[in-house]
Amino acid sequence: MATKTLEKPTSQQQEKDKRFKILDVVIKKNHCRQDALIEVLHKAQSTFGYLEDDVLLYIARQLKLPPSEVFGVATFYHLFSLKPAGAHSCVICLGTACYVKDSPRLLEELAVSFNLHPGETTPDGKVSLMTARCIGACGLAPAAIFDGKVCGKQTPESVRTQVQNWLEE
Amino acid sequence: MEFSELQRIAAEYQAQRKPIRIRYCHAAGCQSCGSLAVAEALQREVSAQGLTEEVEVCPVGCMRLCGRGCLVDIQGKLYERVRPEDAPSLVASIKDDSITPTAPAGSYDHPFFAYQLPIVLENCGKINPEEIDEYIAVGGYQQLEKVLHSMTPQEVIREITISGLRGRGGAGYPTGLKWSTVAKMPKTPKYVVCNADEGDPGAFMDRSVLESDPHRVLEGMAIAAYAVGANQGYIYVRAEYPLAISRLQKAIQQAKRREILGSQIFGSTFDFKIDIRVGAGAFVCGEETALMASIEGKRGNPRPRPPYPAESGLWGCPTLINNVETFANVVPIIREGGEWFSGIGTATSKGTKVFALTGKVKNTGLIEVPMGTTLHRIVMEMGEGCADGKKVKAVQTGGPSGGCVPVEYFDTPVDYESLKSLGTIMGSGGMIVVDEDTNMVGLARYYMEFCRGETCGKCIPCRTGTVQLYQMLTKILSGEATEKDLESLRQLSALVKETSLCGLGQTAPNPVLSTLRFFEQEYKQLLKS
Repeated sequence: MATKTLEKPTSQQQEKDKRFKILDVVIKKNHCRQDALIEVLHKAQSTFGYLEDDVLLYIARQLKLPPSEVFGVATFYHLFSLKPAGAHSCVICLGTACYVKDSPRLLEELAVSFNLHPGETTPDGKVSLMTARCIGACGLAPAAIFDGKVCGKQTPESVRTQVQNWLEE
Repeated sequence: MEFSELQRIAAEYQAQRKPIRIRYCHAAGCQSCGSLAVAEALQREVSAQGLTEEVEVCPVGCMRLCGRGCLVDIQGKLYERVRPEDAPSLVASIKDDSITPTAPAGSYDHPFFAYQLPIVLENCGKINPEEIDEYIAVGGYQQLEKVLHSMTPQEVIREITISGLRGRGGAGYPTGLKWSTVAKMPKTPKYVVCNADEGDPGAFMDRSVLESDPHRVLEGMAIAAYAVGANQGYIYVRAEYPLAISRLQKAIQQAKRREILGSQIFGSTFDFKIDIRVGAGAFVCGEETALMASIEGKRGNPRPRPPYPAESGLWGCPTLINNVETFANVVPIIREGGEWFSGIGTATSKGTKVFALTGKVKNTGLIEVPMGTTLHRIVMEMGEGCADGKKVKAVQTGGPSGGCVPVEYFDTPVDYESLKSLGTIMGSGGMIVVDEDTNMVGLARYYMEFCRGETCGKCIPCRTGTVQLYQMLTKILSGEATEKDLESLRQLSALVKETSLCGLGQTAPNPVLSTLRFFEQEYKQLLKS
């Protein structure tokens, strides 16, 4: 990975941004304990939408951890994203039950229709496509999550329609 | 809180119940089929038909036949695929037998239900998981009270040892032995950890238990903590299960308010606190040493064992790690006795096992059967084979760490040893049925792709081996491979299995070896002639 210099965020910027206060609350609630790093990252992701360098540095400083370790943890876990996500999210489950019920075809459909691949966001920033290892909705395979709502028994057509609707918004 | 108060809460709760209960499934599966809208419609109908005095609409946990949701039960009658528009006829049928509800009726006499023996799932689908009083009303927390007041920690461990309970996370380590090892450790503090990082794709037993009966798991953990001498518990649960997380949070809060968790529980000297740790999407964190690293806020890298967590676990302290289903088995064992539990199952595997039956099977859902039930009974009778008249080819157990059992071996009774002899493992309990259309080489590659993406990268055999194996399988699938590649595939599989650091790498080649063993023909057909 290319080395990158991280600029220290000015305290002025952070004061303006109330979202850092929300982080402070979680950090204080956990008594600045370093083992609360994952909890804090969860909160940061839900507050900021993704984990930008500023935020990671801020957390490192507050928890007195080396930035490399915070970066290491943030990149280790799949759920943490270091890139901004689209306005809508489409998660296709690729668990085994979904796999044997042809969930890869759902992905093919999105690739063909919208040139959208897992981990990508449409150029207009409207829709992000992700995959999940298993969301536990195996009884309804193949399953997808549209903006947090689990929808079972999907077909290539139903997934395409959903994404199409978002793009036309 | 005392025993008499538990009884008072139970009695009060029973008294305020209405005589007729409409139960609807409120777990994740049926929720995504729209069970909340169904519940609203039912509630509206009950008011409209003037039945509010005697009828109540109750949310309950998983009702098991997930493939046919939403499920609704009215006085012991099961209705499947219920939609909001079915509500008027459903509610009207309570008072008037001549009215046939528009929703299809199910039957509890169906083999899917008839062969089940609910011990872990005894409250699932019966009680409201978000209401502690309802759990207390069915005898909840009485075993914890009994243990604290009339049993020594040694007696509790003896009971668990007699029961023959083995870890339900997959490896099948004797639970009693694990507990006594932690109990004997002189170092304090000690920790109790519940592994709810159910990562196997195609498995959802633990999610269902947590969503349907969270207090059962909390009570089991508290009893375990008393037995081993711990005062702090952690539940490590996947972030992919938001409903399970919120129900656990609610359950812990309610238990604290009722003073069942906290200090001096039931007036004894025992203190116990439980915190939830939410995972962040790493399959390897299901491995116990990786899971502990993750609880400590680090990357989920496993470390070599020994030392085992029982000796040196969280922050270097003795730690008891058990799976959700293992903890859920504790309460019935204490209630009925270890002898009773050991009377169920086979010679080496006692009790029942919960399986998630999915894939190309007609009846998908959650089943709990005694150990030793044959695969034929599970797949062909309870699951009724394939939905569209296709032939069942095999069943995959144990997820990416397991293997497949072809249909010719379906008379095998399921227990830890029999599955091992077939080259697969019990695993956490996912059973994925595949039919004649499924390409087994493709399935093996699917699992290898999974392991390739989930390897933590710490040890070389797993990090590079899974990538190489994936490429070999891709080559075979594209018709470019020769007999020699097949040989290399075997060799590398054996190497990765023998030399990897943790369970993930050691078992990653299993799906390949297993499909090679039973479906070699499918590989051979793909070779370049």
